[in-house]
Amino acid sequence: MILNIFTDIHNKLLEHMSGGAAHITELILIAAAYLGIFAILGLLLVWLERRVAGFFQLRLGPNRVGPFGLFQTIADALKLVSKELTGTVKADSMLYRTAPYFVITTALMALSLIPFSHEIQAFDINIGVFFLISVSSVGVLGIFLAGWASNNKYSLIGGMRTGIQMISYELSVGMAIVTMTVLAGTLQISEIIEIQKDGWLIWKGHIPAIIAFMIFMIAGTAESNRTPFDLVEAESELGAGFHTEYSGMNFAYYFLAEFVNMFIIASVAVILFFGGWLSPFGITDTIPFAGLFWFTVKVIGVIFIFMWFRWTFPRFRIDQLLTLEWKYLLPVNMVNIVLMALIVWLGLTL
Amino acid sequence: MSYFSDIINGTKTLLTGMRITGKYFFVNLFTRKDVITRQYPDNIDTLKMFDRYRGEVIMLHNENNEHKCDACTLCEKACPNGSIEVIGDKKINPETGKNVRFLVKHIYHLEMCTMCGLCIEACPQNAIAWGQNYHNTAYDRSKLTKVLNKPGSKIVPGLKG
Ligand code: SF4
Ligand code: SF4
Repeated sequence: MILNIFTDIHNKLLEHMSGGAAHITELILIAAAYLGIFAILGLLLVWLERRVAGFFQLRLGPNRVGPFGLFQTIADALKLVSKELTGTVKADSMLYRTAPYFVITTALMALSLIPFSHEIQAFDINIGVFFLISVSSVGVLGIFLAGWASNNKYSLIGGMRTGIQMISYELSVGMAIVTMTVLAGTLQISEIIEIQKDGWLIWKGHIPAIIAFMIFMIAGTAESNRTPFDLVEAESELGAGFHTEYSGMNFAYYFLAEFVNMFIIASVAVILFFGGWLSPFGITDTIPFAGLFWFTVKVIGVIFIFMWFRWTFPRFRIDQLLTLEWKYLLPVNMVNIVLMALIVWLGLTL
Repeated sequence: MSYFSDIINGTKTLLTGMRITGKYFFVNLFTRKDVITRQYPDNIDTLKMFDRYRGEVIMLHNENNEHKCDACTLCEKACPNGSIEVIGDKKINPETGKNVRFLVKHIYHLEMCTMCGLCIEACPQNAIAWGQNYHNTAYDRSKLTKVLNKPGSKIVPGLKG
């Protein structure tokens, strides 16, 4: 078991209080910290998206509030907080109010698994990758319920599209991850990273790993509901899709969760393919917390690719979406798993 | 097999698209060369409107404070919403002895104008034209009612009358 700052906190707390109380305090502290991370991540990523979008479209993006417009999203968030929470009369009130929390809770649970560096990982169980896949599929429920409970035809269509899209692309994401776990031979996230000390998995697994990476990126974009897979929101057809009826903070929850989900998917890509917090060729492995830097750099790199997709490709039609998944990605994925298994079996890894 | 060529072609075209947008991104990130954003009001001194811009109707005056309007009121009649009021008067020209019309006030209501340009097309003397001023807001409605002929201005001598 690696020694991380969470065990340090645990030991510190144990000096001052009994076991049970220490445990609960620890949980509360870590939960608060992760809520903070969630908010900051969301706001930063929204800012990044807007700046990047600006440059892609020959604009400048927000550049007025604070240095480089960094505080623009904070100002926007403040505006959203101060807004009235409106709702429809005929909405299924209970589901309508709880739906945003499904999305946030699952995003937070998935976030707890992400190792930001050697020292920072809140929850490191031996079925980490499996837990991650299962938890992130619950998030769909939030979108689905929002679409259903709003009692609005646009929301409903948006929600239904989510169902179709998630069932399809969950498969590809899962199978791309399975391909990589065949190579890694473990489901525990910290171990997957340990294994990559002598070479990142995308290098070790060469051809099938690169194919898996491409599939993961495509399906990951679909998982996070981003263009070109944003049929769920599809501004030009559905108003705002599943969150048409949400205002103020309830809307902001969806908005932030979408960006945090993108971060989670990018982190999974970094963990599975690019060695997580490991530095390239182990150049800074001895410096504590240097992992945080490398992890951030890599994740931002992957996120940039997602943004590049978004500002390049037009939106799919629903039939094209399904064709892509069931006729192309899935068969390629299946062949790829077999290929990876053969390569591991024959010892052809690099 | 069209299945595999589809995959290869699809990937190729996607990469072509990404190359194009990627070029835009990096060129703009490092040089800001092609950025089309105009940062109003920072550039207020250098900002110039393009020729076709319809800011407001103005009356052209030359350097001797002379305009070409002879108060024929064609612009007033051409305006679909009555934004123009031409006030003219008559006096005897001492040289020719003829009774001629001259312009007293050319009143223009910017607050009602739809920038349709019919008045400018109707003017036989080309006395009025489009101005490029874009700072047209005012706190008081009456500020938008303007007299287009400058104080003390006369018609260009010899033009008519
Ligand atoms: S531009 Fe059109 S609306 Fe405006 S004053 Fe001329 S004729 Fe009237
Ligand atoms: S501006 Fe032109 S159309 Fe209008 S009254 Fe003067 S000369 Fe006639």
